[in-house]
Amino acid sequence: MFRPLFSFLWYSSQGFVPPSGAFAQTRMASVTESSVAHPLHPGASATIRIEPPSGLFELRLREVWAYRELLYFFVWRDVKIRYKQTAIGVLWVVLQPVLNMLVFTLFFGRLAKLPSDGLPYPVFYFAALVPWTYFSYALQMTTNVVVDNQRLITKVYFPRLILPISAALSGLVDFAIGFVVLAIFTVAYGIRPTLAALWLPALLLLAVFTALGVGLWLSALNALYRDVKYVIPFLIQFWMFASPVAYPSSLVPPRWRWLYGLNPMAGVIDGFRWAITGRGHSPGLLLLASSAVVALIVLGGLFFFNRMESSVADRV
Amino acid sequence: MNNTVIQAEGLSKLYRRGLQVDDGLRHSLEAFLRSPVASLRRKKEETFWALKDVSLEVREGEVLGLIGRNGAGKTTLLKILSRITRPTTGWAEIHGRVGSLLEVGTGFHPELTGHENTFLSGAILGMGKREIERKFDEIVAFAELEKFIDTPVKYYSSGMYVRLAFAVAAHLEPEILLVDEVLAVGDINFQKKCLGKMGDVARAGRTVVLVSHQLNQIRSLSHRGIWVDAGQIRMDGNTHEVVSAYESAMARGDTNGHSQDRGTATKARFLSWEIAEPGPEPPHTLATVGPIALKFVVQVTSAVHMGHHGVTLYNHDRQLIWGWAVDNVELEPGVHELRYSFPMLPVRPGPYSWAVSLYEEGQLLDAWECLPEMIVATENFQHRYDHRSGVLNIPSKFSIT
Repeated sequence: MFRPLFSFLWYSSQGFVPPSGAFAQTRMASVTESSVAHPLHPGASATIRIEPPSGLFELRLREVWAYRELLYFFVWRDVKIRYKQTAIGVLWVVLQPVLNMLVFTLFFGRLAKLPSDGLPYPVFYFAALVPWTYFSYALQMTTNVVVDNQRLITKVYFPRLILPISAALSGLVDFAIGFVVLAIFTVAYGIRPTLAALWLPALLLLAVFTALGVGLWLSALNALYRDVKYVIPFLIQFWMFASPVAYPSSLVPPRWRWLYGLNPMAGVIDGFRWAITGRGHSPGLLLLASSAVVALIVLGGLFFFNRMESSVADRV
Repeated sequence: MNNTVIQAEGLSKLYRRGLQVDDGLRHSLEAFLRSPVASLRRKKEETFWALKDVSLEVREGEVLGLIGRNGAGKTTLLKILSRITRPTTGWAEIHGRVGSLLEVGTGFHPELTGHENTFLSGAILGMGKREIERKFDEIVAFAELEKFIDTPVKYYSSGMYVRLAFAVAAHLEPEILLVDEVLAVGDINFQKKCLGKMGDVARAGRTVVLVSHQLNQIRSLSHRGIWVDAGQIRMDGNTHEVVSAYESAMARGDTNGHSQDRGTATKARFLSWEIAEPGPEPPHTLATVGPIALKFVVQVTSAVHMGHHGVTLYNHDRQLIWGWAVDNVELEPGVHELRYSFPMLPVRPGPYSWAVSLYEEGQLLDAWECLPEMIVATENFQHRYDHRSGVLNIPSKFSIT
């Protein structure tokens, strides 16, 4: 899961690394190779060049790759700490979407009688809540990650981009557990997996990048304006109702569908229901639009985060 | 052996003063509502150069000590070299694997065990997983924490915490080590052990750049000294020469950019200060919370009548910790010792400065910010959430009845 994601980042970086960015690594061709050979040793025997921020788009994704072991430790720390003080630990991961599912089934399903595209209500809601829970958690974590690690940022150097990436990834452990429960649950309802399930990794990747892309913007903004922290719960709630979590996307009038497609999570959640149950329609075109939107958000987010990054240690 | 490993040219750093994050958006909005056009223009913020046009070259195997007053720019220089902040102008090149140690316990998390924190902090400081695994037993033995290594560090005493944190840091094996004042924590015995370990590092031929207020530490560890003053390099050379020049300049109250206003009168001059009890050495390091006594030496050339004498103690952040004043001071010509004794001085470990003054009938005779600074090196009872733990260093017990 981790490796393909990062090699994607790495390859996509090739076009964006300016030849003379700060800490440019142009003279370190041999060094980069050696840092691949020995897993961590960030910038091992390298020549580091320190210069004022140039204001240009300096993406140092290669450096992020060199620090991948630290990235692993950040994810590991987040996961460890989350379960340290809870009495029933991992059970919460299962309980959260299950309880939400029960509430949704009762109120949106039984009472409001919203359509569920022919699926049993519990499966209909659970299949949406597992990716949604991941997304809302990852978004919150990513938004706060720079502020939460401010002390670290002022005391030690590492590519700051590692922080939002680790925050977006650490929710995947919860997701994996929730997903297993979802799979068992779906089978228990007599729904057999189909070939559509092969789409799940791509859908998950889209959710990760959506959380990361939006999180990059919000974490940078949060470092500048602490107000962002108060906006987040509202944003997440609003976003949930703007996504087909509590209702099927077929409820959205056709002439508004295009607007709906701009919300990447609409494609993810619709896609999840389809991929898990094999019923309904594939969200093909919607997904294509979503991917394009996410690519823009991530690129813009990287740029914005990068601008903020060079000054964040001075803003304490 | 003598390759240049650090080369810096014209490094400068401009800081904006009083840039507060918390009032960010509200401030921006208010300013915008009041005068939409003006607020969009670039504001004239109060700025200052923390570092100005600093060039230096460090060769492989050199141990370089940076000295200077608080706010002189030493830490800013170190932060630029360790890439935590970026220079406003100028450039630097560093050849080799850099490890920087700007605080003890970087990345420690109270909920995690000593074992887990060793790996986390090690990784944050730049060690690889396998490297930490290899050195783990050695680190635990250095910290003398074999029995408690699987206990969450929130249950550690502050002494244990510092020992583990430093043990991790001490086992970093970078080619270039940048160290800031981290040794000014923990009890004096552990400090000595750390100094020994750092001496090993220096002898092993690695390059070290060290910032310290403890001039004796600089003397014993480094070959070369750089005196940073008001953001610039004031002197660069042999450690003993630079430290001596710094000490004598400080004693004269000559601090270039930050010259002390010592009044125009020549009737009285403060000469020196030291910790009289428990003496005698080291005279400016406090290794116990008390009882202690201090003496300030003042030279009086003609008799002072109805004098007013004040003393204040500031911490590293220029926070006033304690102050006292005495009226009706009578001093005959000659050299006097003004002595203060305290049953205890429970302040957190770190560098402090005393300031003393003497007035006669409202006229300033002398005001002196005492040099060198006082280093408190007692055991630290600080809670790990240190931004909430205040300035006092008092062991406390908690119970529910």
